[in-house]
Amino acid sequence: MKRTKLYNAHKKLNGKIIEFAGFEMPIWYKSMIKEHMAVRNSVGIFDVSHMGEILVTGEEAAEMLNYLTANNVKKLKPGKIHYNALLTPKGTFVDDLLVYMLGENEFLLVVNAANTKKDYEWILNKGGKFNAKAENLSDEYTQIAIQGPRAQEVLQKMTDLDLSTIKYYRFKTGKVMGKETIVSRTGYTGEDGFEIYFKGDEEEAEKIWFALLENGKEFDILPCGLAARDSLRLEAKMPLYGNDIGETTTVLEADLGWILKLDKGDFIGKEALEQQRRRGVSKLLVGFEMVEDGIPRPLEDVYRSLEEEESVSYVTSGGYMPYIKKNIGLTYLPIDMTKIGTEIYIGIHGGKKKAKVVPTPFYKREK
Amino acid sequence: MSNIYFTKQHEYVKVEGDTGFCGISNFAQEELGEVIKVILPEVGKKVSKGDEICYVESPKESAKVYAPVSGEIVEVNSKLDDEPELINNDPYGEGWIFKIKISNPDEINELMDEEAYNKFIEG
Repeated sequence: MKRTKLYNAHKKLNGKIIEFAGFEMPIWYKSMIKEHMAVRNSVGIFDVSHMGEILVTGEEAAEMLNYLTANNVKKLKPGKIHYNALLTPKGTFVDDLLVYMLGENEFLLVVNAANTKKDYEWILNKGGKFNAKAENLSDEYTQIAIQGPRAQEVLQKMTDLDLSTIKYYRFKTGKVMGKETIVSRTGYTGEDGFEIYFKGDEEEAEKIWFALLENGKEFDILPCGLAARDSLRLEAKMPLYGNDIGETTTVLEADLGWILKLDKGDFIGKEALEQQRRRGVSKLLVGFEMVEDGIPRPLEDVYRSLEEEESVSYVTSGGYMPYIKKNIGLTYLPIDMTKIGTEIYIGIHGGKKKAKVVPTPFYKREK
Repeated sequence: MSNIYFTKQHEYVKVEGDTGFCGISNFAQEELGEVIKVILPEVGKKVSKGDEICYVESPKESAKVYAPVSGEIVEVNSKLDDEPELINNDPYGEGWIFKIKISNPDEINELMDEEAYNKFIEG
């Protein structure tokens, strides 16, 4: 089992440790609900060092990434980031990821922990014909997410970078407590905030982690675990690989058509996705809210009606959302059932409970 | 506590005469996290040992609660409707879930006492 360089910090903070994607990670410290609320109302920090970082460099780095992914990497400029997907020939997800353009011919891919090795090998295999190089730097980087309306104030105390000049999905590099760091205005919570990346040993990682907690004291900052990360992202309808997206769902079915740039030239999955866009999808990822009492859980069946015994789908993500105080979930539904307001039934504790299709995201922050 | 017995699924029964107060162990509530909802069993229901009879829910998961012994549910802790967190705060006291009239006292011998249970959860 792997540990991040902040493992001992989590132990010192009495984090409850579980296994996740091959890492020992904190699921929560004291209270998952308080952690969730801290991020919505003030600020929280997350160790996300389990995420993978793959550096892609070389003369044809952009060409290679364009061939492997859905979005148009050539539209990026140094200092910009976009959300993207590594695609299979079927147009389904090898992974979803962020692409940071570090410089001309230099990109950093931030990928899901569980997929790092698969992605890296996929890139080497499928991108081999390009004049570009991929390096898996995942073990070198510590990544911390500072999320919430007070995130900027906390982090600003620790850096000379003017954080107010970093716009959404942009980054700058500079010193954080003397350590060379990538600072991006990104996150997986639906809230304003930053993600920082730096190389270094356990001592350096802990120094920055505890300094964030110290500097955030006046805002009642909390360290946050994986459970709050999951509920925050779900409230904001950000998909989770392995639950909501994967190798059996396409970019279009996942309602992520906005990252698909069919006019950028040839790429893996293009043909399948062109065809699917022309013909239309037969299922679509939608959000639902419980009408009757009950908490929908992943993998529970979804039914068209109370009477029908055959399920039409299953819950991909679901739960009780602490901020909006609702029981909600995501599911792929046949297209005729995806209209807002459509009644569906969720299998809960052996019975069927009424829910309805609702607009997403479930939570959207005020700008 | 000498009158408390545990199952491998982390329920407990606190025996008082021919009835027992049942709930989930301290270990179980720590694993589950904050309890946000308890779906209580029906009063009057006759259950067999091992029956799935109610649910304790946290934001992360829904834990099934099995009957630790056979008997009849004679009372439920309706305080949990408004204060499910009692299970976290006081699992063996105010966080009890249901009271059962024990139909076969011999079944208690099949459960773990506190010492055996503590060894069991340490693995």
